[in-house]
Amino acid sequence: MGYGDVQMIDENGNRIDGRKAGDIRPIEIEMGVVPVADGSASMRWGTNYVIASVYGPMEAHPRKIQRQERAVLDVRYNMAPFSTTDRFRPGFNRRSREISKVTADALESVVLLELYPRSKIRVEIEIICAEAGTRCVGLTAASLALADAGIPMTDMVVSVASGKINGVVVCDLNKEEDNYGAADLPMGVLPNTGELVFLQMDGDLSPSEFQEAWDYNMEAALKIHELMKEAIANKYGGAQ
Amino acid sequence: MSSSGASDGRTSAASGSLVIPGDKISSDTSDQLGHGVIKLNGELIATKLGYLVEKSGEISIIPVHTAYFPRPGDLVIGYIEGMRSNIWFIDLNAPFNAILPMSLAPMKVEYGGTRDAMDVGTTILCRVQEVDEAHSSVVTMKGMGLRKVNSGFVDTIPPHLVSTISSGSNTIINQLKDASNCRIILGANGRIWVDGEPDGIRMVRDALAFVRDNEHSTELADAIAGQLANGNGE
Repeated sequence: MGYGDVQMIDENGNRIDGRKAGDIRPIEIEMGVVPVADGSASMRWGTNYVIASVYGPMEAHPRKIQRQERAVLDVRYNMAPFSTTDRFRPGFNRRSREISKVTADALESVVLLELYPRSKIRVEIEIICAEAGTRCVGLTAASLALADAGIPMTDMVVSVASGKINGVVVCDLNKEEDNYGAADLPMGVLPNTGELVFLQMDGDLSPSEFQEAWDYNMEAALKIHELMKEAIANKYGGAQ
Repeated sequence: MSSSGASDGRTSAASGSLVIPGDKISSDTSDQLGHGVIKLNGELIATKLGYLVEKSGEISIIPVHTAYFPRPGDLVIGYIEGMRSNIWFIDLNAPFNAILPMSLAPMKVEYGGTRDAMDVGTTILCRVQEVDEAHSSVVTMKGMGLRKVNSGFVDTIPPHLVSTISSGSNTIINQLKDASNCRIILGANGRIWVDGEPDGIRMVRDALAFVRDNEHSTELADAIAGQLANGNGE
């Protein structure tokens, strides 16, 4: 049995974890989980567990990274050695560098960096337990942590991935679907405007499948945005 | 998050409600823009997580968390973090250190004698004199009451709580002064100098710890008043 042969969706459209094609995994969000950080948030998304914390704005060091007209976002995505079934070798690697960079690029689209010249805003994304879609969870949690830290932004960023399993486009892939599926399309969306700040694709999708995955992601992003609002209201109360 | 109406994906937020970045506040762009509000594509949009306030035609957000950025005229409590022959570097609880030139020190200082006058770790009461667009700031110690702080205790609260505990007619700070018989100076950077009898200082410290722990409470002043009426700040 090879990739693409594993049966992950039955004739009634039920996936191996019981979800339908457009369903997302259960999500729990908690704000302010790291007291020493300026802002933080944790997300449980299926079996994924991610903590994001934000420090700053602070003076950018070393000085060569300072920008005279704006702040720099220093994003570090890191998987804990115990976050996967096989021990994950600690430290920066090619994958974590790539994810740190695309996360920073996505967040730079919304953070008003020009308000803090010569400064640095440090974003730490720690993957405690990894199932599938950790870059999406990390980006979403980082956007929550930035809001918690009082960093001005034009919108939140919500990230979610859709993909293709056994020829069917489904939303929010779990580990098996991610490993044995045919394609994966993670997106970062600004929920208030529908603008796109992050897009990657792995595998092949036809134009119609791409459109279907896009629609699933947009729909899921709005649902997740509502969950984010609820979590913030739980922490800070609905009104003063 | 109370909201009303829906148009293009954004929903309008009502005054007093909690808003998050990206929330539409209003389509009426005649309002003056205050803290945390920008005009984007003809709409007023929240850029910070906080509570919406509308006062005298100005719409702004009281953030739930924010860093201190010096503004000219702010009375602040700083720590000396370093020096050169003719300037000191002052930690103001802000992203960047401020500078205090020898000419703005409260005493006569010879060139090269900055360390003898005020060494690293000295606490000072100073005022922000100027801030440039790159956030470099200069503080002065020339002015009434500006000096080295040699006694008492310095506590800290988050800078966004400074207006909470110092605004209104019967402020939390005034209540604390009356109840503790301590001298209290609140810096705009969230540092508070307290000097007096040990019992009074303890009472103020406990009350400030309560403020930090219950910063999002809507009836903070009443809760503090109740505590002080019980005779302690615990």
